[in-house]
Amino acid sequence: MSTTNTQAMIAITDLTFRYGPRSTPVFDRFNWQVAPGETWSIIGASGCGKTTLLTLIAGLRRATSGTIRVGDTVIRRPRPETGLILQDYGLLPWATVWDNVALGLRVRRFYGPDGTHAPRTAPPPSRQEARRMVEQWLRRLNIADQRNKYPGAISGGQRQRTAIARTLALQPDLLLMDEPFSSLDAPTREDLQNLVIQLQREMDLTSVIVTHAIEEAAILGQHILVLDQPPNTEPVIVSNPGAGAPGYRSTPAFLDRCNELRELLGLTV
Amino acid sequence: MNDKATPFTDAARAAEARPLSTPPAVWNGDAATAKRAAKTTLARLGNLALALAIFVACWIALAAYLDRDIMPYPWDVLPVFVEEMREGDLWDHTVISAGRVLQAIAVAVLFATPIGMGLGQIRVLNRIFSPLIGLVHPIPKVVFLPVILVIMGIGETSKVFLIALILFFQILVVVRDEAASLRPELIQSVRSLGAGRRALFRYVYLPASLPAVLTALRVSVGTAIAVLFIAEQYSTREGLGYYIVTLTWQRLRFDQMYAGILAMSLLGLLLYMVVDVLERIVGRWRRAGELD
Repeated sequence: MSTTNTQAMIAITDLTFRYGPRSTPVFDRFNWQVAPGETWSIIGASGCGKTTLLTLIAGLRRATSGTIRVGDTVIRRPRPETGLILQDYGLLPWATVWDNVALGLRVRRFYGPDGTHAPRTAPPPSRQEARRMVEQWLRRLNIADQRNKYPGAISGGQRQRTAIARTLALQPDLLLMDEPFSSLDAPTREDLQNLVIQLQREMDLTSVIVTHAIEEAAILGQHILVLDQPPNTEPVIVSNPGAGAPGYRSTPAFLDRCNELRELLGLTV
Repeated sequence: MNDKATPFTDAARAAEARPLSTPPAVWNGDAATAKRAAKTTLARLGNLALALAIFVACWIALAAYLDRDIMPYPWDVLPVFVEEMREGDLWDHTVISAGRVLQAIAVAVLFATPIGMGLGQIRVLNRIFSPLIGLVHPIPKVVFLPVILVIMGIGETSKVFLIALILFFQILVVVRDEAASLRPELIQSVRSLGAGRRALFRYVYLPASLPAVLTALRVSVGTAIAVLFIAEQYSTREGLGYYIVTLTWQRLRFDQMYAGILAMSLLGLLLYMVVDVLERIVGRWRRAGELD
């Protein structure tokens, strides 16, 4: 057990979390591990604690008890090598697409390699280098033409691309996504799902995506964590090795997996 | 089309050649924006000229109707204004008054902005202090003039303090509401990029509250100057308020009095316009959605 522990990307040990001192715990002595390079989906009905789990891993919430370790860090605050993408994009409305993508790099230059706000190992990029990285990510995500526009003037898909570029420009080793495509229309959603699969492969990312859409969970996660009504004690895991392969959406295996998830979620098939 | 009579530029010629019903296929962002900006600036200047014309017409009509010393014509006042500015000490009084307002603005912004941000972001503080602010904010602060004069003395401090006090609450309330309206998701995602308290202040709270500060200033700069006028009635021999009431009105120098009124109006107008332009520049993104 201890050897696998040191190799895990995310290791959650005896996690208990509750919102109020007298409320039902959302997680009660919960254990879960993610190995480096794995792609995970977390699915469950609303109120099951899937977003809570993600914000705990992101270091935006503190566990009531138990430990969450990501890489070599025991999480007490956001870890600089972890990237987070939210449903509502979290873009600065007063900054252009370019400035939004540059934000993370600016924050790194603001603090320097202090180990808390920016990785100690990698020195923050020079101004020129940062500019080059921003340009590169704008092009990679196909939003270079929008660079001088404000978030209010671009589409939802372009906003989410901006948020992804901003996060990936920091070269994270772990990517956390909370319902990233839920407010997008179906073609845009599928487009961005494919983009995420490509990026996962290119950057060798470990990723965890929270979603309430069964199909999305099956497309993006080679492993699927199914959460139930609180308290969650034992992780229910569905293996989904085909995820990420091109054309997986139209295979029988995909449909089987979706049905399996429906059953686990208590839906009639 | 008559090419001889109308010297077309290339761009205009190209625009003319296109059928009117179809917009240009590709908007060249920068050129189009610059063109649009030039157009709106021109339209704005036209409106300003029109407003000025109506204002002067009303002035002349009123002067003709009243036909009394207390209401001179613009052409009587303007030369006196220029003369008082150049030869008299109207310029010095204007500078003193402007200095008082600017100091008050600086003090109010420096105190109200951080406190407003704190109240907007820390819920406990807001719960404690909001009722207090709600209680004190509507009180016309100018009624405390006598108290302030006694406590802070008859010097500059009391005047600047009174105006700053009025601006303080205006800015405080607007900045607080702006900071409170920042979505928690925005803060969370910026924190996930590594931002701690200092970076949040620099990259989120400060740019978010700057337009709010300017909005508050724009709506309250008029009040500030009105209060300045009243404050300058007491214990001072300098400033436009003193010039208008004591030096001119009470001595029946009506043309000079109007020169003072004109100076104070221009001071207010100038401050308003500076704030308005700054607000437009800082708040460009608010109109971004409409432009595209």
